[in-house]
Amino acid sequence: MVLRRLLCALALGCALFAPEKSALAQADTASLIQALGEARNYSELEKAVDALAATGDSAAVPALEALSAGALYTQKLGGPVRIGIERGADLVLTDPLTGESAGTEPAGGYERIRVNNRLRRSLRGAIGALTLLSPKPEIRLAAAQAVYKNRDASALETVEEALAKESEPRVRAALELARAAIQLAGEAGDDVKLAALEIIGERGGRESLALLGQVSANASPAVAEAAQIAVQKIQASLRWWSILQNITYGISLGSVLLLAAIGLAITFGVMGVINMAHGEMVMIGAYTTFMVQEVIRTSFPGLFDVSVLIALPLAFLVAGAVGIVIERGVIRFLYGRPLETLLATWGLSLILQQAVRTIFGPTNREVGNPSWMSGAFDIGQISLTYGRLWIIVFALIVFTALMLMLRRTPLGLQMRAVTQNRRMAASMGIRTPWVDAMTFGLGSGVAGLAGVALSQIDNVSPNLGQGYIIDSFMIVIFGGVGNLWGTLVGAFTLGVVNKFLEPYAGAVLGKIFVLVFIILFIQIKPRGLFALKGRAVEQ
Amino acid sequence: MAGNKGAKFLTGLTLGASMLVGAFAGEAKAQDTIKVGILHSLSGTMAISETTLKDVMLMLIEEQNKKGGLLGKKLEAVVVDPASDWPLFAEKARELISVHKVAATFGCWTSVSRKSVLPVFEELNSILFYPVQYEGEESSRNVFYTGAAPNQQAIPAVDYLAKEEGVQRWVLAGTDYVYPRTTNKVLETYLKDKGVAAADIMINYTPFGHSDWQSIVAEIKKFGSAGKKTAVVSTINGDANVPFYKELANQGIKAEDIPVVAFSVGEEELAGIDTAPLVGHLAAWNYFMSVKTPENADFIKKWQTFIKNPKRVTNDPMEAHYIGFNMWVKAVEKAGTIAPDPVIDSLVGVAVPNLTGGMSAMMPNHHITKPVLIGEVQADGQFDTVWSTPGLVVGDEWSDFLPDSKDLISDWRAPMSCGNFNVKTGKCGGKS
Repeated sequence: MVLRRLLCALALGCALFAPEKSALAQADTASLIQALGEARNYSELEKAVDALAATGDSAAVPALEALSAGALYTQKLGGPVRIGIERGADLVLTDPLTGESAGTEPAGGYERIRVNNRLRRSLRGAIGALTLLSPKPEIRLAAAQAVYKNRDASALETVEEALAKESEPRVRAALELARAAIQLAGEAGDDVKLAALEIIGERGGRESLALLGQVSANASPAVAEAAQIAVQKIQASLRWWSILQNITYGISLGSVLLLAAIGLAITFGVMGVINMAHGEMVMIGAYTTFMVQEVIRTSFPGLFDVSVLIALPLAFLVAGAVGIVIERGVIRFLYGRPLETLLATWGLSLILQQAVRTIFGPTNREVGNPSWMSGAFDIGQISLTYGRLWIIVFALIVFTALMLMLRRTPLGLQMRAVTQNRRMAASMGIRTPWVDAMTFGLGSGVAGLAGVALSQIDNVSPNLGQGYIIDSFMIVIFGGVGNLWGTLVGAFTLGVVNKFLEPYAGAVLGKIFVLVFIILFIQIKPRGLFALKGRAVEQ
Repeated sequence: MAGNKGAKFLTGLTLGASMLVGAFAGEAKAQDTIKVGILHSLSGTMAISETTLKDVMLMLIEEQNKKGGLLGKKLEAVVVDPASDWPLFAEKARELISVHKVAATFGCWTSVSRKSVLPVFEELNSILFYPVQYEGEESSRNVFYTGAAPNQQAIPAVDYLAKEEGVQRWVLAGTDYVYPRTTNKVLETYLKDKGVAAADIMINYTPFGHSDWQSIVAEIKKFGSAGKKTAVVSTINGDANVPFYKELANQGIKAEDIPVVAFSVGEEELAGIDTAPLVGHLAAWNYFMSVKTPENADFIKKWQTFIKNPKRVTNDPMEAHYIGFNMWVKAVEKAGTIAPDPVIDSLVGVAVPNLTGGMSAMMPNHHITKPVLIGEVQADGQFDTVWSTPGLVVGDEWSDFLPDSKDLISDWRAPMSCGNFNVKTGKCGGKS
């Protein structure tokens, strides 16, 4: 990633300056870049960066970009500053000003110029100010946003200059915002500040609130009052957004809970097996994703973006197979003895955990996010991550598929027949042991699918499953044992309730409240939200 | 960790198994070795962190044996598995001391496990080296604390943020148990003493293994939009860190805007995350793998050879064991015996090289001197030291920022020999 940024910085630098700069300015910039390497501490480095930014010479941009990315090097024994890309023990060097290659040398002779957060901030502002006049609109937009974030008073002149030339409305708006932010923070007159207030107040959102909060007490009463009104307006609209945000986050949490619980809704809900090893099926799914990504990383790096899609069927098959083995090997001997089943599956869960710990080690394994699942997008004032969005979609797809499978396929029919009346189903010629194994395998396989999704947002460690087992049982019981719709509604209800409680009660108390709520609820409706009715239930 | 109901079941299994192993080991080798106890969880929730410490101890013991052992005898490691179950820690400690007769024990990670074994070590008069940063407010004659006390980690980190980054608003986020709660209490008092208003401090606790950070990260964003520079001080522990950092990265909280400084996130924890979006977030420790000293380079090489994985990282608690083990070796050589009392006495004042280029010394309060380093996360999962204390800092067991403990000091040298001497009342015995 650093490499890509560097290359684009280089390309940008080459495109931007070039012959028209006078030799004098070139020499000046070169000596200032050299000064970056001679700074002894962060404050000196910051001064050097400011001096470089003050030249307004966009030729300095590649050097600053490299510095920000931690790729600017100085020689230990003195010598010119270079941009370096590590390749093994060597550095591939380029000249920061001309972009010409400066050969490859051992990294040992070079020292990286270190930056900290404060410097990265001033670099962001400096690069922004220097690229405001770039020919490419995307770069101008990014520059305007950087200037807006840093609101460095010295950039005001360049912003004005850029505004005078700007024709793209998007960039214009960003520039106006940046100008307003600078004016508001600086020493402008009242009318200028009031105009700036209006622009910022109109934009709304948290960032504007932060800006308005800085309109200090020493501003004139008129400005302070206008800022106060703008703040109140923004806060009022944010209140609505925060309710919407809780609902969105609740649905997102609900979808995770649904995925974790839906497999259990089959093994526990439909078959009545108290399966404490359910969480470990989820874990197996997550580790399958890890394995798939490992193979892809080493052998087919081009396929990384579809790694999760490849992992889905595999995780289903692996977890399903483990489930069938468990059913055939242990659980079938324990039907009708819930306490023994509980203990046996609990033991199994510990065995599975320790087995994974022995094979893969106790530490977390890194499962990467494919590009289409990383990052976030904003709807108004809510930011939702793509990963979470896909998990919501995926949870609903899994639910629908499972529903169709139970209602529309022969296996689904047989499953329902066996769970409703085992003996009658057997006398109709259904191989009930086979159906049991398949049902358990299906539930486990679905848990494996959940593991693939959870690997994107949670740790992939042997303990992954433990965190979800209690929640899963809670949801199945709350929703009504034996009813998939109940699981769906239960998961989303608990998700949303949890998210509304969290800001007020904190995460710890929130969880306790939810538990108490479920206990009370079960007192009133012992069979859960959607109780099964009919004679079959009474058995 | 909390609610670890499974551990009970596992207890029986592992207890049986390890007793068998222990019995055999005990029979086979007579008294021609010096036994060293290793009390780290190898299963259960804490195995993720503690297994590494067990391995590093095995490596150190192997190294020492190559050098000819100790007092002319070979060292023998006795490994037990307390399975992340706090009461089992006490049982296992008793087993190590009474059955295996170990000369010293290296172990524990969480404070609750340390509190659980503390009475056992005091009752049976044996030595424990505790290698993890902790909340302070404790000093025992039988325990040597080689991890950081709050003044060796939390307070310098907060000072750095206030000075270098100009932070005025603070989010203290932690997992809900004793270490974060006490540390945050110390920090809260410290910040208020420095003139930070109560409205500028937000404290948030989450359960162990918390995985849904959406609303809390949104809350932090909201808290950070009040117009003052904001930072997060994180005492979030264990598994919850990965989803926390993932959510931070996804919601676009950059270190330049709201930096997070963590006290429980080291190289091992970062191994499970893509760190590119986290560049610039901070951690405060007394050691980083990236520190360039000959001792450290040597240690990393030995570790990676021992564990047969050239990619394995090192971290701060490993260095603490390195220091603690060498201190113990030196003290035993000085005392000429492994009997606990002379060793405890000769440990105070022992100084050994640490991995950051200095000499760490055991102080009379059974804490050690350490440098404090602040590092920023790099894209390769390492930390880049951006600041460090000019010299070594002495661990302060009783915080000066808590009303209950500000008058207490600890000095285990004769004639005082007291872990909680009250300088106001002039008596040994704790709170006034």
